[in-house]
Amino acid sequence: MAQTLAERIISHAAGRDLHADDMTVVPVSMAMSIDSIAPNVIKILTEDLGADFVFDPQRVALFVDHVAPASNISTADAQVAIRRFVREQSIENFFDVGRGICHQLMIEEGLAQPGEIAMGSDSHSTLYGAIGCFGTGMGATDIALAFATGRTWLRVPRTIKVQLQGALPEWVMAKDLALKLIGDLGADAATYRAVEFHGAEDLSLASRMSLCSMTTELGAKAGMVVPDELTRSLYEVPEWCYPDEDAHYIREIKFDLSALEPQIACPHSVDHVLPISDLDPVKVDQVFIGTCTNGRLEDLRIAARILGGRQIASGVRTLIVPASHRVLEGAIGDGTMAALLGAEATLGTPGCGPCIGRHMGVLGRGEVCLSTANRNFQGRMGSPEAKIYLASPAVAAATALRGRITDPREEQWR
Amino acid sequence: MPRIWKFGDDVDTDQILPGRYAPYMTSEEELARYAFIEHRPEFSQLIQEGDIIVAGENFGCGSSREYAPRALKKCGVAAIVAQSFARIFYRNALNLGIPLFEADIAGQVEDGTEVELDVEGGVLRVGEHKFQLPPPPEFVRQTWATGGIVNYFRQHGHFPS
Ligand code: SF4
Repeated sequence: MAQTLAERIISHAAGRDLHADDMTVVPVSMAMSIDSIAPNVIKILTEDLGADFVFDPQRVALFVDHVAPASNISTADAQVAIRRFVREQSIENFFDVGRGICHQLMIEEGLAQPGEIAMGSDSHSTLYGAIGCFGTGMGATDIALAFATGRTWLRVPRTIKVQLQGALPEWVMAKDLALKLIGDLGADAATYRAVEFHGAEDLSLASRMSLCSMTTELGAKAGMVVPDELTRSLYEVPEWCYPDEDAHYIREIKFDLSALEPQIACPHSVDHVLPISDLDPVKVDQVFIGTCTNGRLEDLRIAARILGGRQIASGVRTLIVPASHRVLEGAIGDGTMAALLGAEATLGTPGCGPCIGRHMGVLGRGEVCLSTANRNFQGRMGSPEAKIYLASPAVAAATALRGRITDPREEQWR
Repeated sequence: MPRIWKFGDDVDTDQILPGRYAPYMTSEEELARYAFIEHRPEFSQLIQEGDIIVAGENFGCGSSREYAPRALKKCGVAAIVAQSFARIFYRNALNLGIPLFEADIAGQVEDGTEVELDVEGGVLRVGEHKFQLPPPPEFVRQTWATGGIVNYFRQHGHFPS
């Protein structure tokens, strides 16, 4: 029977033909955890499950990115315990403070590969779908079980197919596509499901990462771009790692990229989306450019094209947090960082930054933030009385200049 | 007598337990105190062992934080009945052995009313009303029966099937 990409990958891992709704236990290629969850994973693994060792240290990865560097004694102690565990277990895939966001590093370091199943103790593990890897987020117990056994249980998801057409207009980004889809379909449209993107030729790897990370906000179990020329130019794609033409999809959506305009997710839900031209004026106190969704070189470059040689509006704190050390180096190397800092943006340590409201830019009562992150839930970045708007890095940069949410198409920047 | 705590649609994990109050930022011992700390501050003070949460669609959406359902368990929440659950929350709660039922009853019950739940039979009684909840799949039933997936794994040495 014909298969979707998710069915293909899970069948391959399970060693038998599976289809949507089948339950299975599969080996996973990589299981990863992060600073805020790993202490609990370690406890479940060693105390509750009574395992002395991880199943295979090569197939485990750990990252210190969510509160990095540590902001208080509790987080510092937890990080000490993670480093000890990494030494005791001879785990080589360990990325400490400043190396970057887990999901970015999973791709940069080649820890996720096309056709594999990779699971993370972080919901945005769907990002690995950018390269045709079945990436999925789980909680501490599932990750501890995977650390102990190298396996996990899965129900094979049904799949929604999204057929992209055309090319994005100038200053419109994959983030806008993601927000538009979430706004149109709703935050639970893909719960328990996979999303499969076809026709993504116009999207760079960075854009695909942005798009796939956001499928989590549709509730998806996985969000994957079908491997194409670009994927094959970067990876060895197994010949079976493609969906069949007559695969069964529960829903098929066609999407014309050329008609898209910048989108804004308004407080306090990611599916509360408006095209920027329908938005009433909104003054902002803080602009945040970063996260696993929009902290890559492509994102910083488009922001630098807008901010370079100009001055950020007074009273607007503009925080730039590169997704990884390598992104930071790239941005220094090509002058992007100089352009951003010249406009008086502020640079933070590569990692999650203020995305989750724990450090490096927590919002106070009544404050408004325009963020390139993927969530704007009430209280996510600090006070429940603060407001978070989500948008692309192009919108973020134009907003930083004007001090109010601004359409980057208003001007020909350069 | 246990009571109902009623919630709406799209209750996200930042409402259930804001990231700033994670055990990572505070401590595991304090976890139960922070359940719904901003969204419904009276929750952790007034909740009693055996109380039940009834909610609308997409309960538990957002982050993969298992400490959100763990906080509810520590508070004594005996079960959650929602029209639908977000995927990771469902997995996490199942793994922790918290009974979850997908049923659309939020429109028919009031916050604070007394309730009786028979988890095995899937029967929820609210006053005169009796709701028959959908029976869980076998995999889920086996996991509940041992009090969570870790217990199941320790007893059987493999995943439920
Ligand atoms: S950047 Fe934000 S969304 Fe991405 S992994 Fe970090 S905290 Fe999660």
